[in-house]
Amino acid sequence: MPIRINKFTVIGLIGVIILGACAPLQPKTPIVSLQSAPLTPFPTIEATQELSVMTHDSFAISEEVLNVFQNQYNANVRFLKSGDTGSAVNKAILSKDAPLADVFYGVDNTFLSRALEEGIFETYRSPILAVIPDEFELDPQHRALPVDYGDVCLNYDKAYFAQRNLPPPQNLVDLLKPEYKSLLVVENPATSSPGLAFLLATIGQFGEDGYLDYWEGLVENDVKVVNDWEVAYRSEFSRWGGTRPIVVSYGSSPPFDVIFSEEPIEEPLTTAIVSDGSCFRQIEFVGILKGTRNRALAEKWIDFMLSPQFQDDVPLQMFVLPVNPKAHLDETFEKYLAIPNNPAKVSPDQIAANREKWIQAWTEVVLR
Amino acid sequence: MDSSLDRGSPAITGMWEYTPKLPKFASLMLLWLAPLIFLALFYFFPLIKILGLSFSRSDTGWTELFIEALISTSIRRVFWFTVWQALLSTLITLAIGLPGAYLFARYEFRGKSMLMALTGIPFVLPALVVAAAFTSLLGPRGWINLALMAMFNLSQPPIQFINTLTAILLAHVFYNTVIVLRMVGDFWSHLDPRLTQAARTLGANRWQTLTRITLPLLAPSIAAAALLVFIFNFTSFGVILILGGPRFATLETEIYYQTISLFNLPLAATLAIIQLMCTLALTVFYTRLTLRLSTPINLRSRRYTQRRLSNWKSRILAACLITLLIGLLTTPLIALATRSITRLEPELGQETLFTPSLTLDFYRELSVNRTSSLFYVPPTTAIAISLGYAGVTILLALALGLPAAWALARYPHTPINKIMDPLLMLPLGTSAVTLGLGFIVALNRPPLDLRTSILLIPLAHTLVAFPFVVRSLTPALRSIRPRLRHAAMVLGAPPGRVFRFIDLPLIGRALLVAATFAFAISLGEFGATALIARPEYPTIPIVIYRYISQPGAMNYGQALALSTILMLVTTAGMMAIERLRIADIGEF
Repeated sequence: MPIRINKFTVIGLIGVIILGACAPLQPKTPIVSLQSAPLTPFPTIEATQELSVMTHDSFAISEEVLNVFQNQYNANVRFLKSGDTGSAVNKAILSKDAPLADVFYGVDNTFLSRALEEGIFETYRSPILAVIPDEFELDPQHRALPVDYGDVCLNYDKAYFAQRNLPPPQNLVDLLKPEYKSLLVVENPATSSPGLAFLLATIGQFGEDGYLDYWEGLVENDVKVVNDWEVAYRSEFSRWGGTRPIVVSYGSSPPFDVIFSEEPIEEPLTTAIVSDGSCFRQIEFVGILKGTRNRALAEKWIDFMLSPQFQDDVPLQMFVLPVNPKAHLDETFEKYLAIPNNPAKVSPDQIAANREKWIQAWTEVVLR
Repeated sequence: MDSSLDRGSPAITGMWEYTPKLPKFASLMLLWLAPLIFLALFYFFPLIKILGLSFSRSDTGWTELFIEALISTSIRRVFWFTVWQALLSTLITLAIGLPGAYLFARYEFRGKSMLMALTGIPFVLPALVVAAAFTSLLGPRGWINLALMAMFNLSQPPIQFINTLTAILLAHVFYNTVIVLRMVGDFWSHLDPRLTQAARTLGANRWQTLTRITLPLLAPSIAAAALLVFIFNFTSFGVILILGGPRFATLETEIYYQTISLFNLPLAATLAIIQLMCTLALTVFYTRLTLRLSTPINLRSRRYTQRRLSNWKSRILAACLITLLIGLLTTPLIALATRSITRLEPELGQETLFTPSLTLDFYRELSVNRTSSLFYVPPTTAIAISLGYAGVTILLALALGLPAAWALARYPHTPINKIMDPLLMLPLGTSAVTLGLGFIVALNRPPLDLRTSILLIPLAHTLVAFPFVVRSLTPALRSIRPRLRHAAMVLGAPPGRVFRFIDLPLIGRALLVAATFAFAISLGEFGATALIARPEYPTIPIVIYRYISQPGAMNYGQALALSTILMLVTTAGMMAIERLRIADIGEF
C-alpha cells in the first residue's frame, strides 16, 4: 500500500509546514506589524514607512522600546541578522551595490577601518553626538557613530584565591609571576573577538616591540589557549567547573552573572581586573548604508539608537554598555560594574593595517 | 540463485540501455531538468559569482594565487592535516559503523527502533552543544575526571580531552557513525541471506563468506557512506574549531579565517577551489568505482532477512555491539541531558559543586521572556519553525533527489550522467562561508532577490540534503534488476505503473532513509542558517546559540535545556519516520 501511506506522509508534512509557517504569525503582542509586514503580498494602505536594519547576531531590543520608535514615526522596522560581527561586515561590504538594508549596526573598532575603507556608510552628524564622550567617536567624518561599548578584561574566580590565601593578580605583568603559573585561560585572537581584544590590550600596553616577549612569558607560565569565549568561560574557567581561575572575558561579566544567576545571589562570584592598560575597549558603531532610499527615517533611527530610550535598553539586551552618559543603568551594574579608567589604546587604522601580522606573530610564539 | 549470471549483466544491460534512442535521451533530460535548474540557480551561480568577485579583488592573477598557496608551507600543512584527520576519522567511523550496521540489518530485537533513533541524534546537534556534552563527560571537571580523581585521590584531572586530536576524532565518529549505520545497514537488511547460506553450504568459512560474498555485495553502499563521511570530515568546521582548538586547522577553518577575520577573499577563494577540487576528484573516483561494483541482486524483504537473537552467541555479540554504540553515541547525550536538570552554580565560597541538586528551572525559564526581548521565541515556536523548515527540506530534497537518482541508476553509462554524478556531491564539499557570501552577491535582483527571504533557509538545507538523498537512493535503484521492469512492461504496464508497483516499493525504504537524513540535516544545520537573516524565525540551534553565547548560569542552563529538547524532537521525528517503516510502507 505504498500510495496510501505516502499520502499520509505528504499530508503530515504539509501539516508540519503549515504549523511551522503559522506559529510565528500568531500575534503574541500588539506589534504584529513587524512580523506580518514582509509577508503581506500588497503594500498596506496607510503610509507606514519601512526601515531595514542589518545587524550581527547578538543584536537584541525589547518590544516596548522598538514600539516607541515605530509608533512615533509610523514605521515598521525590519531587522536582518547576518552572523557574527566579521560576517555581517563582510556581507554589508559585498552587497554595497545593492544594499540589503538602510542602516548597519554592529561594526566594532577592530573592523571599523575595513568598513570605512570599503565606503559602505554615508556621513550623518547626529545632534545627539554632542552629549556622547569624544573618546568613543573614532570616525571624525561621522560615517560610523558609536552606540555601545564593552571592555575586555581579565576576570578571576574570587573563591579560588580566597581559599588559598593567594592575592589575585592586579595587572598584566602580575600574570608572569610564578604563583600564577597554570592559572590563566585566554581565547585565540584568530577566532575569537575577546581573544583579539586581549591581544590588542597587550600590544597597547607593551608596544609592538614588547608584546611578543610578554606572550613568551605567558607561555612559560603555562597559559592555556582555546578558540572561543564559550569554551574558555564555560569549560575552562574554574567558576564553571574548569581548572583555570583567571579568564579573558568582559568587564561586565561579574554583574551579568549576578543578574542571570540561577538563584538570586547577593554579590558576584568573580571580579574583573580593570587597572590601567589591562583592558581593551570594544566600541560598536551604527551607520547609514550608502544607497538607502530611506535616508530621513534612517537618520531618525540612528538618533533613536543614541537616545537614552534605546541606550537604557542596551545592557540587558545585548550585554554591552551604553555610550550615552544620560542612560540609566540597572542598580546591579551601579553596584558591581567596574569600568577601566584607562583601557589600552590601539587605533582602528593600526588594527586594520597590522591585524594579520600581529595574529601571525602571536601564533608563531604561542601556538607553535 | 542466478547471481553469477547477473554478475556479468551490467555491461550487457548498459549496452542494451545505451541505444541512442531519442525518447531515452528526452526522458533523461526531463529527469535532470529540475535538479539542474536548482543546482544552477542556487549553487553554481552564487559560487561562480563569489569566486569571480574574490579573484577580481586580487592584484595578481589566479595562477599566481594557486602557486603561492601551493608552495606556502603553512597552507600545505593545513591541507595535509585536513586529509589525514578526515581519512583517520572515516576509517574509525567505518570500523565502528559496519558491525553496528550488521546488527541492525540482520537482527530484530526489542528497543531496536529506539536505539536506531538514539544513534541519529548526534547528527543534528550543533558543534557547540556537542562540545558541551563532551565537556560535561570528559572535561576537566567532567564526570569521568571527577570519578577518577575521587578514586585515585588525584589533585589534577587525569584526562586531557578538550583541544586534542582525540577529541576531533571522537567527535567525528560521534557525528557520522549514523551515516554508516543507516546507509549500509539499510542495504544490508535487504541482502538475501540465502547467498551466504549457500556459500557456507558449499564449504566456505565465515571469513571467505564475508570477504567474497557479503562485502562485494555491500560495496556500493559502503563506498557511498564512506564518501559522505569523508567529505563531512574533510570540510569539518565546528568540531575542529571548538573541540580541536587553536592548534588544529582544516581548509574549512582556514577559509573562514581568511574570509572573515582578514577579508583576504582571493586566498579564501583559492582555498575554496582546492577544497572543491579534492571533493570532485574523490567523487569521480567513487563514481568509477561504484559503476564497477554495482550488481543487480534480489533485494529481499526484511521479513526474510532478519532474525531474532535466538542463541547465546548472537546475544553476546549483540550485547557487545549495543554497549559500544550506546557508550560512544549516547553517553555524551545522557551527560548533557542530566546537566540540563542539574544546578550548575556552586554555592558562594565553594569552589565546585560537590552536592549537585536537581532542578527544572532551566526548562521553566525557557518559556519566560525575562528581558522582554523582541527576538525571544518560546521553545514551542522554535520547534514549530524548525519542523516547518525540515518539512520543506524533505519535500524539496526528495522531489529533486528522486529524479536525479533515477536518472543515474537507469542510464548509468550515458555521458551526461558521467558528468552529473560527481557534480551532485560538490555542495557538500563547498565552504559554507564562501557559499553564504555567494548568495549575497548573486541573488540580489528580482525575481531572485532571496537574500532576505525565509525560503533561503530550506533552500540552503536542501543543497546539503540533496546529495544525501541521491546517495541513499542510487544504490537501491541500481540494484533493481532490469528484468523485473521488463517483465512488467511486457505484461503491459505503462512506465508510471512500473514505477509505482516495481520501483517505488523496492526503494521505499531507501526513500525513508533519505527523508530521515533530510530531516536531520535541516533540524541540525547551523552555519548557513545563522548567516541567513531572519531573526523572527529562528530554528532551535539558533536559539541554543543565542543562549550559550550570553553570560550567566541561567542562560547556559537554558541552552542545555533546549539542546535536550532538540534531542527529544529529533528522536520523536526519527521514530515517526521509523513508524512509517514498521507500517510496512515500501516493504514488499
